[in-house]
Amino acid sequence: MRPGWLRAPVSVAVALLVLVLAAVAAAFAPWIVPGATAQDLILGISGPGPGHPLGTDDLGRDVLSLLVAGARTAVPGALCVAVGSMVVGNLAGLPAGYLGGWVDALVMRWADLVFSLPALLVAIVVAGVLGGGYGLAIVVLVVLFAPTDTRVVRGAVLEQRHRPYVEAARMKNLSAWRIMTRHVWPNIAPVALANVFLNFAYALVSLASLSFLGLGVAAGSPDWGRTLSDNRTQFLANPWTVIAPGLAIIAVAAALNIVGDWLYERVDARGRAR
Amino acid sequence: MAGRNRDTSPPDGESQEAHDRVQGDGSPGDVLGGGPGGVFQGDASGERAQDDGPGEDPQGGGSGGGARGSGWGGFLGRRLLGTAVVVVLVSVGVFCLLYLAPGSVQQTLLGTRPATPETVAAIQARYHLDEPLPVQYLTWLGGVLRGDLGVSIRTGSPVADMIGERLPLTLALTGYGTLLAVLVGVPLGIAGAVRRGRATDRFVVTAGVVGLSAPPFAVGLLLLVVFAAWLGWFPVYGTGEGLVDRIWHLTLPAAALAVGAIGMLVRFSRAALIRELDQDYVVFARARGLGGAGALAYALRNSLVPILTAAGLVVTGMLAGTVLVEVTFALPGLGSLLVDSVTFKDVPVVQALALLLTLLIAAVNLLVDVGYSLADPRVRLGGRTS
Repeated sequence: MRPGWLRAPVSVAVALLVLVLAAVAAAFAPWIVPGATAQDLILGISGPGPGHPLGTDDLGRDVLSLLVAGARTAVPGALCVAVGSMVVGNLAGLPAGYLGGWVDALVMRWADLVFSLPALLVAIVVAGVLGGGYGLAIVVLVVLFAPTDTRVVRGAVLEQRHRPYVEAARMKNLSAWRIMTRHVWPNIAPVALANVFLNFAYALVSLASLSFLGLGVAAGSPDWGRTLSDNRTQFLANPWTVIAPGLAIIAVAAALNIVGDWLYERVDARGRAR
Repeated sequence: MAGRNRDTSPPDGESQEAHDRVQGDGSPGDVLGGGPGGVFQGDASGERAQDDGPGEDPQGGGSGGGARGSGWGGFLGRRLLGTAVVVVLVSVGVFCLLYLAPGSVQQTLLGTRPATPETVAAIQARYHLDEPLPVQYLTWLGGVLRGDLGVSIRTGSPVADMIGERLPLTLALTGYGTLLAVLVGVPLGIAGAVRRGRATDRFVVTAGVVGLSAPPFAVGLLLLVVFAAWLGWFPVYGTGEGLVDRIWHLTLPAAALAVGAIGMLVRFSRAALIRELDQDYVVFARARGLGGAGALAYALRNSLVPILTAAGLVVTGMLAGTVLVEVTFALPGLGSLLVDSVTFKDVPVVQALALLLTLLIAAVNLLVDVGYSLADPRVRLGGRTS
């Protein structure tokens, strides 16, 4: 019999396909669409036609090429945020859950504080006042996202802490660090991974939002959020200039959420079966 | 084992919550199990933070709850204290924004004005830049508490006036959006729960995830393309004159704002109703011959509490989403003012707006907690029942 986790519903299969497409676009955009940002000011904005399946924007740039090239800033930055916040979340959540006491209290109060703030508004204000920029936006989002991972990891560790295998490891006088990293962590890694997908989706949307507001990538970049903002007033001339990047953001974020939800269910089911 | 759990001291409510996070209830739409994406995630996380409030008392029972001053008063007291701490910390952070901005503080406050002795003296008189930082902070806080929010660097007019002009539009937009979200999201979630596992349910769940993932600006522009450019049903820009015209103008922005909230409400209400429909009392009601509608009415009443919580979170999520929507539709509200001020580094306006929005969100969170405790007697009576 096939293992249960291979049987994925149709929505998950579609979502995985979308993610593969986005990953390919992000990795190979310069080779797939060389010169995506090449301008053709004489052509200017135009609707779909020969040579330009989705038309061009006001600078005469091909909308389809921009769409593919946009994945290169939209996707990797969000991945950095998701992975970065998971690393911070593990480093804070493992000791908080396993050691408890003042470590736990300190970490959780920090998480409570960040949770009570609206992440996107804080990102807008801090990134804006500091002057904006792609790298800065990523760092700010990691700080704001890490508490989610911390809480998830800590919760999973609390669940594991009193299992017999941890007791056994403790009997052998292994160090707390060794028990946390070698024994407990492998058991909570699936939960942490599922959470990476959910954070990835949120990071993608947040980074696109910052870029849309002019606080993320530099002007003229083909980033999806930035393209949407640049074409805010152009959609009457060529609606594809906003439809393409808008649908791209929604599709990739939804795909990440669907896969993340599905992984979470699998992890949950395993947790319940044990 | 239980003893150890107590002295390594995660409060009972916390470990219960941790348990929820790992185990969930296994239902696909279990929001408490995993934070969804979209603008609303930050607030869904806030929900987790609040969740250990209501969870605390029933779970803590005699021991945990009693030790920390139980009952409604204790519960509200802890909540108020927590909110106060957050507001104070945020006010410190907001004050520090002045020092975060690149360049000297004086340069930031001058903006594009020339550094004449008069302007420098005016800044000195107002901000006391040569005093130690704590004094500067307290002076600034004192001004804020008296309603003196300073003067905008960009326009030169008092910040309080600028906010007063733009607040009504943002409130109207948020209210309209919340109304749309509740009217669409809750019935969809109920439909999904009632038809669980069937085509309707799968459609509702997928639509919910897509809604949750869609950033308001992308939705807004797509709505503009479809309903304003192609169909011509709604105006492209502007805020309208008079009530009816204004509602007509604000419909697309409110819809863009509502999409994410609908996604969240669908999840919450579906998960809550499914949890209730699985309870013994529903099975019993059905066994006694109550029809689908009668049993559903019982379950609905009990799932109202989590739905109410979600509605509060929707409001806070909207306040963040309104920034993006106002920029997308070029509406003169607080959100677009924030973005303009941030871009111009108009720090006094940014400070005032950040404080105001934090206060609004803290107030909504507090109200939700109070509403929760009113709707669910276990929360306020937790300490006394056991």
